[in-house]
Amino acid sequence: MGGAELKRIDCLKAIYPELEDCAVVTIMGAVAAELYSLGHRANFFYLEHAMGLASSIGLGIALSQPNRKVVVIDGDGSVLMNLGGLTTMARSRPKNLVHLIFDNETLLSVGGGAPGGYKWFTTATSTGSDLAGIAKAAGYPRAQLVREMEDFEKAALDAINGDELSCIVAKVEAEMPKSFLMDVHMLENRFEFPRALQSKGGVN
Amino acid sequence: MPVSVANSQVVYDAMKGVGVRLVSALPETWLVHLIRIADDDPDMTLVRLAKEEEGVGVSAGAHFAGVKSAMLMQNHGFLQAINGIVGVSLLYKIPLLMLITDRGTFGEKDPWQTEGGKHTRPVLDALHIAHDDLSRPEDVEPKMAQAMTLAQSSLSPVALLLQRDLMWEEPN
Repeated sequence: MGGAELKRIDCLKAIYPELEDCAVVTIMGAVAAELYSLGHRANFFYLEHAMGLASSIGLGIALSQPNRKVVVIDGDGSVLMNLGGLTTMARSRPKNLVHLIFDNETLLSVGGGAPGGYKWFTTATSTGSDLAGIAKAAGYPRAQLVREMEDFEKAALDAINGDELSCIVAKVEAEMPKSFLMDVHMLENRFEFPRALQSKGGVN
Repeated sequence: MPVSVANSQVVYDAMKGVGVRLVSALPETWLVHLIRIADDDPDMTLVRLAKEEEGVGVSAGAHFAGVKSAMLMQNHGFLQAINGIVGVSLLYKIPLLMLITDRGTFGEKDPWQTEGGKHTRPVLDALHIAHDDLSRPEDVEPKMAQAMTLAQSSLSPVALLLQRDLMWEEPN
């Protein structure tokens, strides 16, 4: 559907400079690898398992450090594994959380995609399930679907610099990252992340 | 409803006493007062979950941000949260204090609770999650402190199983 032309990596490049003081939580696979490829920072946490829980981790951070901006970088497959979490997020309504969802309409990173963008295990967003619509209906004060770079950039930067729980769903190509290589061990990442969060800006 | 208000307060005070400032929860009968007390406390952040597994993520986030947390759930909620416990708490070595109402044990009248009750301890043991029972009010404070201490030192999930004798006042 839609012939998405946006690329994840370009979207990530567009927001990368804004992420310096944020707590960033990503899902596994392509999103983690591509953000890492732009330059790892101690304030980035890559959740390499437990699909669906990146947004829950982001919620826990946002409620615990209300003065810090939290950016969750999610995917359609992961969100679909924790749709109820959208309602928990919406009712908690942390003003300091931005929920970015890259929707490539496939379970790319768990084997549902192949080089060249071929999708052999699509998600329901490929048949019309509308994650921005679901987020909005769940109660997110702002939820927007974008397909163009210009729209993504504006929506993402507005959200990151804004003061309201926001969800941005970006339709992107189901392309593999150039490399899945990440030279930071999960546990190294797990310990550096809270250190970064607790040294810059205090709790509450 | 003969859920013990006094002992719910004892559990809550012990939880707060070990520094818990964020609680995520799904209700069940034995937890009604505990959740209400948390909701009434302006110093506590209560996260009402849609499903228990989310709470594992919320607690991990709170830990990253330097806040101590707990999860309140029934044993079926624990069984529901297993993937998160394995894929977040155990995999990433994150402390997690779980308060689990232990339904389906001796004295259980509800037939639908009986299956989950049989599997709670074996699953905790299979995952090597340290656990203890809370049956008497005088044990609550020391055991809560020990549980939190072990969770923080071992960077692991721990479970306190809230028993009928503690939570329910009606003689069975």
